[in-house]
Amino acid sequence: MALLEIEGLHVEVGGKPILKGIDLSIEPGEVHAIMGPNGSGKSTLSYVLAGRDGYEVTAGSIRFDGHDLLEMAADERAVAGIFLAFQYPVELPGVTGMTFLKEAVNARRKAEGEGDIDAMAFLKMVRAKAKTLSITDEMLKRAVNVGFSGGEKKRNEILHMAVLEPKLCVLDETDSGLDIDALKIVSDGVNALRDPGRSMLVITHYQRLLDHIEPDKVHVLAGGQIRRTGGKELALELERNGYADFVEAA
Amino acid sequence: MAATADTVRQVEDVTGGAYKYGFVTDIEADVAPLGLDESTIHFISAKKEEPAWLLEWRLKAFQQWKRMVEPEWAKVNYQRIDYQGIHYYSAPKQKDGPKSLDEVDPELLKTYEKLGIPLREQELLAGVVAVDAVFDSVSVATTYKKELEKKGIVFCSISEAVREHPELVRRYLGSVVPVADNYFACLNSAVFTDGSFVYIPKGVRCPMELSTYFRINAQNTGQFERTLIIADEGSYVSYLEGCTAPQRDENQLHAAVVELVTLDDAQIKYSTVQNWYPGDENGKGGIYNFVTKRGACRGKRSKISWTQVETGSAITWKYPSCILQGDDSVGEFYSVAITNNAQQADTGTKMIHIGRNTRSTIVSKGISAGRADNTYRGLVRISKKADGARNYTQCDSLLIGDKCGAHTVPYIESKNPTARVEHEATTSKISEDQLFYCLSRGLTQEQAVSLIVNGFCKEVMKELPMEFAVEAQKLIGISLEGSVG
Ligand SMILES: Nc1ncnc2c1ncn2[C@@H]1O[C@H](COP(=O)(O)OP(=O)(O)OP(=O)(O)O)[C@@H](O)[C@H]1O
Ligand SMILES: [Mg+2]
Repeated sequence: MALLEIEGLHVEVGGKPILKGIDLSIEPGEVHAIMGPNGSGKSTLSYVLAGRDGYEVTAGSIRFDGHDLLEMAADERAVAGIFLAFQYPVELPGVTGMTFLKEAVNARRKAEGEGDIDAMAFLKMVRAKAKTLSITDEMLKRAVNVGFSGGEKKRNEILHMAVLEPKLCVLDETDSGLDIDALKIVSDGVNALRDPGRSMLVITHYQRLLDHIEPDKVHVLAGGQIRRTGGKELALELERNGYADFVEAA
Repeated sequence: MAATADTVRQVEDVTGGAYKYGFVTDIEADVAPLGLDESTIHFISAKKEEPAWLLEWRLKAFQQWKRMVEPEWAKVNYQRIDYQGIHYYSAPKQKDGPKSLDEVDPELLKTYEKLGIPLREQELLAGVVAVDAVFDSVSVATTYKKELEKKGIVFCSISEAVREHPELVRRYLGSVVPVADNYFACLNSAVFTDGSFVYIPKGVRCPMELSTYFRINAQNTGQFERTLIIADEGSYVSYLEGCTAPQRDENQLHAAVVELVTLDDAQIKYSTVQNWYPGDENGKGGIYNFVTKRGACRGKRSKISWTQVETGSAITWKYPSCILQGDDSVGEFYSVAITNNAQQADTGTKMIHIGRNTRSTIVSKGISAGRADNTYRGLVRISKKADGARNYTQCDSLLIGDKCGAHTVPYIESKNPTARVEHEATTSKISEDQLFYCLSRGLTQEQAVSLIVNGFCKEVMKELPMEFAVEAQKLIGISLEGSVG
């Protein structure tokens, strides 16, 4: 059974139709990439999956891991295993990275009927994972995303993902703004999380990322619809030809 | 009522029946007739077996008070108080309060539960049992009192201090907040009945946070509390006032006076968590808290630091202030004021720079939610002689929702050209982005608000003594519940 099953999804934002009939099915362990021109609705799709207010589903359904996702609030989806790495991570002044992650971890544990995580064990676990992403202790003590560089913010998103170990990872342009070394670090981080039980939906503009994170499928989203689906060679084709074909078709 | 009965016994056990000023002797009698005139003051003074000078002092205050008019503030609205409808002296009130927890606002009980307050303490806080009738804290208090005595520290009720240390009280009482300072302080001077007295001798560092171990007892806050703390040369004390658990009280008006004095090289750190019952959603039944708090840094290099977290009361009006007389003395004010629903808060501080090279820091964080109004009013005055004086003021407001208000009113008066005064102010909202970011990580709406607000208040929270801070953090979350979404 697919981990994520989207059928005939229509979404409006502020009364304006953005997604116009999306069908998408992701099996456990699969990595799917979504590519598409600016404004085609990629982030919208990611927000709808995460349950953001203001994104009105006017038709269609989403099933996730046996749940009717559209019946669940954003925080319920998160503890059920959906994770969104933001295109633009948000600053939380005065809230340290450690505090934030601990709350998040404990929220999930609570949902699973477990008590709060042991403080020492938590510290150790986060530090170990941070290290693989070249995130320093100093960064963890700072307020979440405040004063972080673009690349640091993106690495921090992957740290959240690594700590929370979600079932479905939605990565919204995690590669944009990364230098070459950071791209490698982030990709390695993401690949380390690849698992037969875990699926990923990777939104990107660049074929380059898909050299590092090899997708099982690539979808082209244009004009609020998935115009084409293929293997990773589709990304190479897009790199050569751009979206002209799809935009005209829209 | 079982709690009351056996605590009475416990108190007797602990003190061998010598709990002189407790409730044992006169629990039900001793209520002054309704209203206020000279005879009321004679009555209070007689009850307290006070010396003549104090009676005189009270009477003088009363004369002045009669000539004063109740102030009106632009940003605070409330029903007029009927000063003749108050009992100005009464022993612990058993009768007026609710008879059992069943009669208490269920919202309040929910909050107690969230804070993890034991049932017995809940009864106490809700006013079901008398305040000074509290189990273990009495014996704990006695133990610590002995330790303090060894160091020569005096920590007792103001009434006891009048009897045992008249010279200190006479010298310092009203020396920071003059009798006729303002309407409410003047009234307090005439009729105060409760409050604490602290004296730290020369060179002594008080070995514990005062009132941590006495917290429950220290809640014996009457309507007109009077606190006086004196830190002699080179001494240090950290004093905690209040309690994170919301307190209910039959008395609507609370007009306390707190006076602090530091001599050369002395330091007082005064922390408050104020959580009086704010009333229901419409503010009904809530406490009016009009308090005058002021510290005088009399000595050179002395320091007074106010830290407050205000979440309660229907109306709060208070300006903990510092008079920086000694050269190189330092005043600090760290404040978090949260108003929700129909609450109104008008708070701030005054820093009066008199000595040379005096420094002051003001960090104020105001949070408004619901239909609440929150005003920061700050005065920084630099006198002619205060060469090299410096002030830094940071004033941040956070709005939750769009029906609440925040106002910042800074006054700066500098008569000395060498002074440096800096003021920064910001107003922000909890953004949709921030909330969603937290939710997407699994936090509930309420956790998200609590986390973001605590982040906003961080600079103030870190000034609180550790154990107080943890409770205060929880409290901030609880007081904003239901404010979003
Ligand atoms: N709140 C809103 N009100 C109106 N239109 C909106 C709103 N939010 C998004 N849109 C519109 O929806 C469309 C899709 O936006 P979305 O952010 O999903 O695009 P995207 O594919 O992620 O683009 P990019 O590649 O630039 O990140 C855009 O035209 C955008 O302007
Ligand atoms: Mg986007």
